[in-house]
Amino acid sequence: MLRYILHKLALIVPTVIGITICSFAFIRLLPGDPILAMAGQHGVSPERYEILKEQFGFNMPIWQQYLSYVWNVLHGDFGISLATKRPVLTDFLALFPATIELALFAMLLAVALGIPAGIFAAVKRGSWFDQLTMGVALTGYSMPIFWWGLLLIIFFSGYLGWTPVSGRIAINFFFKPITGFMLVDTLLYGNWAAFVSAVRHLILPAVVLGTIPLAVIARQTRSAMLEVLGEDYVRTARAKGLSPSRVINIHALRNAMIPVVTTIGLQVGMLMAGAILTETIFSWPGIGKWMIESISKRDYVVVQSGLLLIALVVMAVNLIVDVLYAVINPRIRAR
Amino acid sequence: MTEITPTATERPRLAALAEFWHYFSMNRGAVIGLVVFAILVIVALFAPWIAPYPADQQFRDALLLPPSWMEGGRSAYLLGTDPVGRDMLSRLIHGSRYSLAIGLVVVTVALSVGIVLGVLAGYFRGWVDVVIMRVMDIILAFPSLLLALVLVAIMGPGLFNAMLAIALVLQPHFARLVRAAVMAEAGKDYVTSARVAGAGHIRLMIKTILPNCVAPLIVQATLSFSNAILEAAALGFLGMGAQPPTPEWGTMLASAREFITRAPWVVTFPGLAILITVLAINLVGDGLRDALDPKLKRS
Repeated sequence: MLRYILHKLALIVPTVIGITICSFAFIRLLPGDPILAMAGQHGVSPERYEILKEQFGFNMPIWQQYLSYVWNVLHGDFGISLATKRPVLTDFLALFPATIELALFAMLLAVALGIPAGIFAAVKRGSWFDQLTMGVALTGYSMPIFWWGLLLIIFFSGYLGWTPVSGRIAINFFFKPITGFMLVDTLLYGNWAAFVSAVRHLILPAVVLGTIPLAVIARQTRSAMLEVLGEDYVRTARAKGLSPSRVINIHALRNAMIPVVTTIGLQVGMLMAGAILTETIFSWPGIGKWMIESISKRDYVVVQSGLLLIALVVMAVNLIVDVLYAVINPRIRAR
Repeated sequence: MTEITPTATERPRLAALAEFWHYFSMNRGAVIGLVVFAILVIVALFAPWIAPYPADQQFRDALLLPPSWMEGGRSAYLLGTDPVGRDMLSRLIHGSRYSLAIGLVVVTVALSVGIVLGVLAGYFRGWVDVVIMRVMDIILAFPSLLLALVLVAIMGPGLFNAMLAIALVLQPHFARLVRAAVMAEAGKDYVTSARVAGAGHIRLMIKTILPNCVAPLIVQATLSFSNAILEAAALGFLGMGAQPPTPEWGTMLASAREFITRAPWVVTFPGLAILITVLAINLVGDGLRDALDPKLKRS
């Protein structure tokens, strides 16, 4: 097992180096003088220009700039945001829990609905339920989620008035974050009204962000189930006279879940892309909105480091999924 | 080797096409998707003649009119007008040109680059393969929309740059697919025999191996087509794609956002247009996959 993990780690080393090169190159690829580009139309005083040039190390040879960039990153120094004047890592860590909370609930929703829907569709292949589910799934898969979010706001917030339009919690509640997860924090403070408010704020964004993963998981579960249901061991189990529910739950489902787990893991990158749109629509204070705002504010130090941090997070999660996958499926380890 | 007469090759090709159509047409959704897509292409091609008004003509006496069937709507503006008095239907019709062009350009660029890189990697293996595939891994490590956003930030917002960025982000999927297919084909007997017959590298790569990898590429191209439309609309929505007053559907949504409670139709229709287009293409893609994938064929 340890050898497997080390092997996987060795495989991603070149990719990680490549990612650091990409984020390093980003600021230097901007058209024109990078410092003037970041300053925007306000311009920058000559003294400040020199300070910034020193800070970014633009007066060193390029390879030295890269090495010092990597050195800083390895020491947790991702630069100072031009807009907030705080270390980028501090801002990232403060906002990241909001994105995790949103993504986690989106995924929970997708798994809780997608897997049963896919199983039923496969078992009742060709039935109206199957056709309906797969039709809905393909529609969800084709959904421009930024529009979907706006539609839900029109209906549930505007027309019915059930859910709030934006943010994580009503403004009359204020908490010093403990964990950064609003649902957990409100419970830790024992404030039930605040918890309810947080849940109401979370529902629509989670539905929007979970839509595409839900569609993908339902479709993948169905096709994996169909494949397994055609296997000899399922026929054997049926021929032995086992009850249909036992055949499906024990013999078919366990094997069908293997490709589904992979699919779920692959959705992590999708979730980060979706979070950019979802957080923008719902003014959700997470890293997706942070990145968009930094791009439009030309806070390129944040964009550069955010790019690196997000890519590293996605890779780390994929690595964990790979390892978990090997834990549940010994055939992978043997390779 | 015996000479093959033209009629002998044409007949199996026709038969293959007929067989393909047989499987494809069994899928009702795929046929519906194809019909919708064909209508969209016609609308896009003849947009200036079909649309009642030019896309940017403003009617000062008709700001934010609701669709004609709603109270206050006028029959002259079937789907209503936007905040500056432009006819929604005309803008949507013109917008179809952008979406289809985006899909076409992005897929063409991504496909060509992906094929070249994939064939090179799969055919030559060794360090060529390692270098190309590591670069593909790096591109795939970033969430696609984020990478596209950052690339547009570097190149400057605009439709053309957005298309290039999306093509770059989608292209590794083609490269991986082609590489795998080439590696699977390269060891087969027909390739060896062509090599023994004296075919050079280029001929082996392009004429001998590549045509046998076409089926998965067609499916991937279809899926990328719809993906490209979605991503370009998302970039437009975030203000990094086509710029107003271009009637690109995502851009239209972005400028309609503030009217979401007062005039829901300016938000509803552009998104619906995106959804219908993407759904139609994905239906076709599903049908193509089922028809072209021999594993799923039921005899």
